Amino acid sequence: MPPAVVLVTGVSRWLGGALAAELAADPSIGRVIGVDTVPPSPEMLRRLGRTEFVRADIRNPLISKVIAAASVDTVVHMNISSTPAGSGGRTPMKELNVIGTMQLLAACQRAPSLRRFVLKSTSAVYGASSRDPAVFTEAMQARAVPSGGFARDSVDIEGYVRAFSRRRPEVDVAMLRFTNFIGPRIDSLLTGFFRMPVVPTALGYDARVQLLHEDDALAVLTRATTGPFTGTVNVGGEGTLLLSQAIRRLGRVQVPVPTPALGSVGRVSRRFGFVDYSPEQMRFLNFGRVVDTTVLREEFGYTPRYTTEAALTDYARTVPPVVSPRLVHSVTTRVRSVLEQAGDTATAVGGRLRPAPPAPGLRAVRDA
Amino acid sequence: MPEARVIPLRPDDDEPYVPPASPPGWEEQLAGGLEFLRRRLTGEYETDEFGFDPDLTDHLLLPLLRPLYDRWFRVESQGLENVPSEGGGLVVANHSGTIPADALMATVALHDDHPARRRLRLLGADLVFELPFIGTMSRKMGTTLACNEDAERLLTKGELVGVFPEGFKGIGKPFRERYTLQRFGRGGFVTAALRTGAPIIPCAIVGAEEIYPMIGNARTAARLLGLPYLPITPTFPLLGPLGLVPLPSKWLIAFGEPIETASYGPAAAEDPMLVFNLTDQVRETIQHSLYQLLLQRDSVFG
Repeated sequence: MPPAVVLVTGVSRWLGGALAAELAADPSIGRVIGVDTVPPSPEMLRRLGRTEFVRADIRNPLISKVIAAASVDTVVHMNISSTPAGSGGRTPMKELNVIGTMQLLAACQRAPSLRRFVLKSTSAVYGASSRDPAVFTEAMQARAVPSGGFARDSVDIEGYVRAFSRRRPEVDVAMLRFTNFIGPRIDSLLTGFFRMPVVPTALGYDARVQLLHEDDALAVLTRATTGPFTGTVNVGGEGTLLLSQAIRRLGRVQVPVPTPALGSVGRVSRRFGFVDYSPEQMRFLNFGRVVDTTVLREEFGYTPRYTTEAALTDYARTVPPVVSPRLVHSVTTRVRSVLEQAGDTATAVGGRLRPAPPAPGLRAVRDA
Repeated sequence: MPEARVIPLRPDDDEPYVPPASPPGWEEQLAGGLEFLRRRLTGEYETDEFGFDPDLTDHLLLPLLRPLYDRWFRVESQGLENVPSEGGGLVVANHSGTIPADALMATVALHDDHPARRRLRLLGADLVFELPFIGTMSRKMGTTLACNEDAERLLTKGELVGVFPEGFKGIGKPFRERYTLQRFGRGGFVTAALRTGAPIIPCAIVGAEEIYPMIGNARTAARLLGLPYLPITPTFPLLGPLGLVPLPSKWLIAFGEPIETASYGPAAAEDPMLVFNLTDQVRETIQHSLYQLLLQRDSVFG
C-alpha cells in the first residue's frame, strides 16, 4: 500500500528536493510535505510540483503540530548535515543533527497515524581505522567508535532511531547507510573535494572509496519510502577505487601533504570556501571504507545502475580535467617515438662501425 | 538418427609446439614501460575492495622483489603441486626474520613458480596498516587485515590466502630460538578455513631466520616508537644503514600436503576442541618439515 502522506525533512537540499519531487510525481501518494529551515531555491521550487513546503525547524516542537495536523504516515528524515561549513559551525551542526532528530522522533512517537520511518544514515557509522576489516556488513560495528563530528552524530542518531523503534514497534523503520554520494548535480564532501584543481591528500596513505551515484541514491530513497523494507541496509555502488586513482581519473593533481600539515591546509581551504578537513574526514581519507551490498541487492531488491567507476565517469563530465588523458597519451607517444628514433640511430651507427660478419653459406667462387 | 561422432585428428595430449618466447627487445620493454606510465597517470587500472592493485604489483612491485628472490636469497620452492590451481586455499607458514620478507618471498614463489601463477593474498597485523607508505603498499600488493571477516571473504572468493599465525612472536624472536615455532595465535585461521571449507596448506620457510639474526632487543626504544620489538643484529645498528642489508642466506620454501577441511562442515568452526587439534596438526606438520628442510640445506649461505 503506498503511503498517503509523506513528510520529507531537509527538502531544500538537492537530494531531499529530488526525493520530494519524485514522490510528488507519483499519483498514488496523497500528499507530500517538505520541511526545511531555509526555503528551496526557485529552480528547486519549480521541480517540487505539488509538494507543500513548510518552513519549520525540526528542533522546534512546531514540527509535531505539522505531523499531527496532516496525519503523516511516512516520515523520511534527511535533514542531517555532514559538514560544519554547511550549517554554520560545529555546534549548530551537532544541534541540528542530534537535537533535531530527537525532536522529530519525539513528535513521531506521539503521532498515531505514523506507519513508516526512513532514516538517511551513512556508512560513516562504521568509522575508518587501520583495525577495520576491508568490507563492512550491516551486522558489523565500528572497531573504533568515531569520536566526533558527523560520524559520531550519525551513530547517535541511529541509536535514537533504534530506541524509537523499540517504543513504537508497529512502525516500520528503514535505515539506509549510504556511501559517499557523487554525481553531476549533487553537492557532497567528495564532489567539493574533487572540484579543486590541486587535491591535497595524506602523505603515505591511500583510501579505498566506494561511491554512489545520485540517481541511485534517489531511487533507493524512493523505494525505501514506498516499499516494504524494514531494517538496516548498506547502499553503495559496485566496486571500489583508490582515492589516488579517482584523482588521476578526474585529471586532478594530487599533492600528498604530511598528516600534521594537512590540518593547516584544511583551515586555508576552508577559508577559501573549498572543503574542510575535519579529523574524521582525515581518517576516512587515510583508510577509506567499503561496505557489502548483498542486503541491498537481495533483500531490499535494488541493484545500483552505476558502479563506483561509472558514477565517477558520469561526475567527470562536469569537471574539466587539469591534466587531460589525451595530453598524457600524446606525451608518452612522443617520448616513445623520440627514444625509438634515438635507438634506431644508435643501431645504425653501431652497424656502420662494426659491420656484421658475412653470413656463412654458399658463396660465389671466383676462378683463379 | 545416430549422432555423428567427432573423431579428433590429433589426440588431446599432443600439444602443438610453441617456440619458447624470446626475451622482449628493448623497444617492446620501452613501449610496455611507457604504457604502464600512461595507465598510472590516467588511473586506468583496476583495484579491488581490499585495495589490491594487480597492475602495480605485476609491473613494479614483483619485478623489484624478483632479484632478491632469484639472486640474493636463491629461493628454491618445493611441493608447489600441493597448492591448488584454482579455488580458495589457506597457506599457513612459519614467520621469521624481523621484517616480513618471508611473506614477500612466498608471494613471489607462488606467482612465479606455480603453473597457475597464483596470487597470495596475505593477512597482516593492524600495525602494518597503521604505518604510512608500508600500509598502503601492502594493501596494493593484496595484503589485508588479519581478521576472520577478511579471511573468509577472500577464501569465499576463491583466493589463496597467506597467514602467519605466529605473528610478532615469530618474526621478532631471538636468533637462538630459530626454527622453533611459537604459539599459533588463537586458531582463528582454522575457523576461517572450516567456515569456508578451504584446504589448509602448511608451508615451511627456511632461510628467513638468518637474514637479520636478532641477538638483542632494544625494548625501551621499541616502546617509545610504539613497535613490538626493535632488533639488534650483528650489523644493525653498528654499521648504520649498511646494517639494513639482509644477509644472503639460502632459502627453501616447501608447501606441504593440503589438510582438507570441507568434510567437517562449517558448523565445526564452533567446536573448540577440533579447532585446537587442527591447529596443533598444522603446527606439527610445519615444524617437522622445517627440520627436514634444514637437513637438506648444505649450509646457511650455501
